[in-house]
This record gives sequence, structure tokens and C-alpha cells, in this order.
Amino acid sequence: MSTERDLSNQRTFLIDLTKCTGCRACQVACKQWNQMEAEKTSFFEGEGYQNPATLSEYTLTTIQFKDYFHEGKNEFSFYKAMCMHCNDPACVSVCPVSAFIKTPEGPVIYDTKRCIGCRFCMIACPFGIPRYQWSKALPLVVKCNGCYSRVKEGLKPACAKACPTAIEYGGRQEMIDEAKRRLAVNPGRYMNRIYGLEEAGGTSVLYLSAVPFDDIGFRNVTRRPLPSRTWAALRFVPTAFITMGGSLAFISWLTHRKEKIRREKEMKEVERASQKGDRS
Amino acid sequence: MTAMQKVVSEIRSFHLFLRILIVLVTAGLFAAIARFAFGLGATTNLNDVYPWGLWISFDVVTSVPLAAGAFVLGAIVHCFNIKKLEPLVRPAIVTGFLGYSLVCLGLLLDLGQPHRGWHVFAYPNLHSPMFEVALCVMSYTTVALLEFLAPVFEKFGFHLPLRFLRTLELPLIVLGAAIATLHQSTIGTFFLIAVDKLHNLWYNPILPLLFWISAVFTGMCIIIIEAVMVHRYLDQPDETDLLATLTRIIPWFLGIYLVLKIFALFYLSERPLFDRPVLTTLFAIEMIAGIIIPFIMFLHKRIRTDGVLQLRAAGLVVMFGLVLNRFNVSMFGMIQENQQIYYPSVIESIVTIGIIAAHILFFAVIARYFPIFEHHSEDANNAIEDGFHSTHEQVVPEKI
Repeated sequence: MSTERDLSNQRTFLIDLTKCTGCRACQVACKQWNQMEAEKTSFFEGEGYQNPATLSEYTLTTIQFKDYFHEGKNEFSFYKAMCMHCNDPACVSVCPVSAFIKTPEGPVIYDTKRCIGCRFCMIACPFGIPRYQWSKALPLVVKCNGCYSRVKEGLKPACAKACPTAIEYGGRQEMIDEAKRRLAVNPGRYMNRIYGLEEAGGTSVLYLSAVPFDDIGFRNVTRRPLPSRTWAALRFVPTAFITMGGSLAFISWLTHRKEKIRREKEMKEVERASQKGDRS
Repeated sequence: MTAMQKVVSEIRSFHLFLRILIVLVTAGLFAAIARFAFGLGATTNLNDVYPWGLWISFDVVTSVPLAAGAFVLGAIVHCFNIKKLEPLVRPAIVTGFLGYSLVCLGLLLDLGQPHRGWHVFAYPNLHSPMFEVALCVMSYTTVALLEFLAPVFEKFGFHLPLRFLRTLELPLIVLGAAIATLHQSTIGTFFLIAVDKLHNLWYNPILPLLFWISAVFTGMCIIIIEAVMVHRYLDQPDETDLLATLTRIIPWFLGIYLVLKIFALFYLSERPLFDRPVLTTLFAIEMIAGIIIPFIMFLHKRIRTDGVLQLRAAGLVVMFGLVLNRFNVSMFGMIQENQQIYYPSVIESIVTIGIIAAHILFFAVIARYFPIFEHHSEDANNAIEDGFHSTHEQVVPEKI
């Protein structure tokens, strides 16, 4: 289903984790701009200085801390968790009511008025981003909309605007070039990898890191766009329907005709027998 | 006697087992009301790590293949014209119709916004397996309802619509089988999106095909179980001779499944396969108990033709294997290492038990009041009089 689009101008985040100070200005800006309800949390609820513990129905982005062991030493690290706004998003492909849309500008947005609450998007998302309003009787899905209302008007998303150090925002190709430039200029500073360049077929959020991505909690995600996996099976649906229906219809016609012929034969034989009986 | 008293005295005459089922169904009903009153988060153990739990794994992913008997038998009897199996068709259709109706009910409970179900038609997404299954399950339930209406019309003597249904019978069976093929397989497609989540033991590109094949042989096994139970508990004749025909077909499908599964495992799956001991054990149980043992059992003529062993082979083994397979795919195989373990909450369990109880209860009640065991062949009784209520056939309710 992946159509060849020009992605080079899609609005894209470049998040340089070597420059991130973990100040959480992005978290605060996100809450304020999206008017998300406050959440009762406690310190050290999650890993390290994590607060709130994870993304939730009230929190669309967090600084995600990770304590880990590196070359015999305890280390800690952190990254900004948010919707990756994939180029070919799994959530868009699986939603039965088209509640998710990949906008031409880049952000993947979600329409609360369409959603039926089936949670297939949560199963499908390779990054585990969509959350659900578990506290409500008639819940909806909650997900970062990439501040689409701001982006449409030519503004940066709230988190990118608030970030003092680490987030660049611009066209995808421009961001990729910038990331590559940084990797080239400062090879000792970075792992030689841009997370999001190829993950899930490419995303509109790119990360640079000083430590291996696997260590600090990034998921190892397939390079192939996910919707192509289901489409490989779904494209056979019309064929399967016509083949199954057609062959069963044909078989029934055949078997019933056979029986009809057999019956007519029997009838004739009975007639013949009775005629013989009459004659004798 | 008022109508109410009549109903009460009728229920009093039910077997104790049925009255227990009524209690279970009522409990399920209250649990379902609690889900809407207090919300999904409060009444279930679902969370952002486990968006799908027992209701999807059992009430949808497992129940749909368990209700496959209707389309499989319909196709065998009417399309391949194996008339002698006719007596099994109606009970199978009742089971199918009940099964699908309850799947719809379970799905509505699980949805966050069930009142928006019609959005599937308003905002269709052809790339969504869920859209395809929703459409198929709805249309199949309608087809099953039309097939099920025949004994209802017979009971009330509505001859004109009955005639109409009879002419539709074969097209409906063909349509039903085609639709069922689509959604039985597409439920497997659901999990193709869960790449990197569903374990390699189950994740492979032909999962939809495997789902369809296992639905077919399970459908036949369900018919066997049903016939044996109905013989034992509802005083119906012993159909062992008829079932022997079915048991000759089953090993073919089991064999094809086994070959395809092994092929998928070694040529289509990614590695590693056997890195998680718990999953490997579950997989081994599913394959050995659910496929290999019944395959060997069904190869023996003695087992195929013996009523008691048929029930054991088909019922306890194939059904168990299928249930385990669907749970492995939709739940156990999706659990990542070091992830919290999900178990269903009390309310989730009560709802699912209620749904199972409702299926058995409604089947028994329908069997009691409607002529589902009378043997009608396709072209019998075509000479019935026209008009509504022209005759009142005396239908003696079967003892329960």
C-alpha cells in the first residue's frame, strides 16, 4: 500500500539526545498546548528520575529515563518518547473507521469523532505509542497529534518550540542532512546511526544518541513498512471471495445436475418397466 | 394463568442444568452492565500493555472458528450434495447463528464506543483487516439468521416466506461459505501487523491460511461434539454412522495444516524460534495435542466409527488444540520477555462464562421449541399450502 510520495519536505523532528538535558520543558509545553489533564504521580514511580512513569491517557510525551549497566559502570540515560509519525503508519492502515490520517505536512493525526475504540492501533503500533482512556466508560485513544493545528499555520510543535537545546524541526531531507552532518563532524560523539531513518519504513522523528539505542530503551523495529505485511494477505480477499464462491457454486451446479440426470434416468426406467408390464 | 406465570412454570420444568445456565447468563448480563457503568479500566485487567484481553482472545478470535461448523457442513451437504448428512445441518446452523450473534455481542462490549459501530460503513478503510472482519461478521450473521429462520417459520406455519427461504437456501450457503472463508482467515491477518510482537513460532505470512484450515477442521469437530451431546442429552438418534463420513474428511485437513505449519516454521519464519522455554512448551502442546495426536487417531478406522471415541478425539483434543492456538497467537505469543502478565478480571471472566452459558442455553431452548432436528431434505415439502397461518403444524416440544 505504500505509495511513492515525496517525503523530503514532511515536517520532521531531529532530536539530538547528546544535547538533551532532561529538563522536561517539552513535557510541560505539551500538557499546556494540548490542555491535557494533570496526572497524579509519585517520584521514582518509573525508572530513574522518571515522572510520570510512562505515556498515558493524560501524557503525550515524556522524558523516558533508563538505568543501565555499561562497561562495568552504572549509567543512566534519557530520551524523549513521543509518536514517531511514521511515513507509512501501521495505525492508519489497521483502523477500521479511518480515524487516523497521515497528513501531507507530516503529522499522523487522530479523529476522536470517528474512533470506535477497538484498540487495534495499540496492537499495531511498533513503537507502542497510542494510549487508551481506561478511566472512562466510553473511552477513546490518545496520541500525540504532532501539534497539527500549529504546524498547519507554519508554527513549530509546542515541544519543539519549548526545547532549549535538543530539538530541530524542519523538512525531512533537511533534518536527515543535518543529522548526517553532525555524525560526520563529530564521529566520536555519536553512535553512527539515525534512529527513525529506516525504522518502520522511516519516521518523521529522528534521533541521534551517544549510547547504543537498544541500551536506553529504544525498540528494535523492523525496517519494512508494517502495512505491507497485512496488505500482502488482504490483497487476496477479492480473489478468495470469488474463487470460493465461484467454485462452490460450480460444484453445486455440477452435483445437482448429476442428481437430476440420475433421477430422470430412474424415472424413465420406471416408466419403461411399467410399459413392459402393460404389454405383457 | 398470566403470561408471566406461564413463563415461570415453563422455566421450572427445565432441567436443573439449564436453570444453572440461566443463573450464569444473568450474572454475565449484570457484569456487562457493570462494564458500561464503571468503564473498561475499572472492570477489566486491560491496560496500555494489554489492550486486548480475554474478550478479544476468546469471545472473538476463538469463538469465530468454534462457530465454523455451519459453513463447513453447509458446503459439504448442499454443494457437494452429500445428502445423508442433511440431519446435521440445522443444528449446525443454529450453533453458527448463536455463535456469531454472541461474537457480535462480545465485540460490542469490548469496543470503547459501541454506539458508533455504524462508522465502519460511514468511514470504511479497505486496508484494515478489522474493517474486513467487521463487515464479514455482520453479513455472515445476517446470512446465518436467514438460514436459521427456516425452522422458526415452520414452527409458526408461515409458508410463503418459507418458500422464499427455500429457494434462497443454496445461494445463501454458497455466500455464507465464501464470507466465512474471508473472515476466518482475516482474523489471522490481524496479527500480521504485530511484527516484532508476536513470537516467530506463530508469526508467518501464511497465518491467515492456517487460521482458515484450522477453522474448517474445528468446525467439523464441533459438529461431531454437538451431535454426540445432542444424542446423549436431548434424546436424539445416534448419528455415529453419519459422523463417520465427516471423520474421514478431517484427517485430510489436519494433515494439510501440519505440512503447511512445518513449512511455514522452517522456511517462512524468522529466527530465533525456540528461545523462550514457556512459549516453546505452549507451542509443543498445541501441535502435539491439537494436531498430531488427533491426526493419528483419525487415521484409525476403529476410532473414526466409534461414537464414544469420536467425541473424545474430536472434542477434547482438536477443540483444545484450537483454543490453545488462538490464545497463543492473540495473547501468550504477544507477551514480551520481562513483561507483566495479564490475567482476566472477575468481571471479564463472568462475562465470558455468561456468553458460553448463553450459547448452550439458547441452543437447548431453541431445540425445545423449534423443529431443528426434523429431517428436511432440500426438495422435500415443496407442496405445502400457500398463505400465512394456513395450517398449524403440531410441533411436539422435545424433552430436555
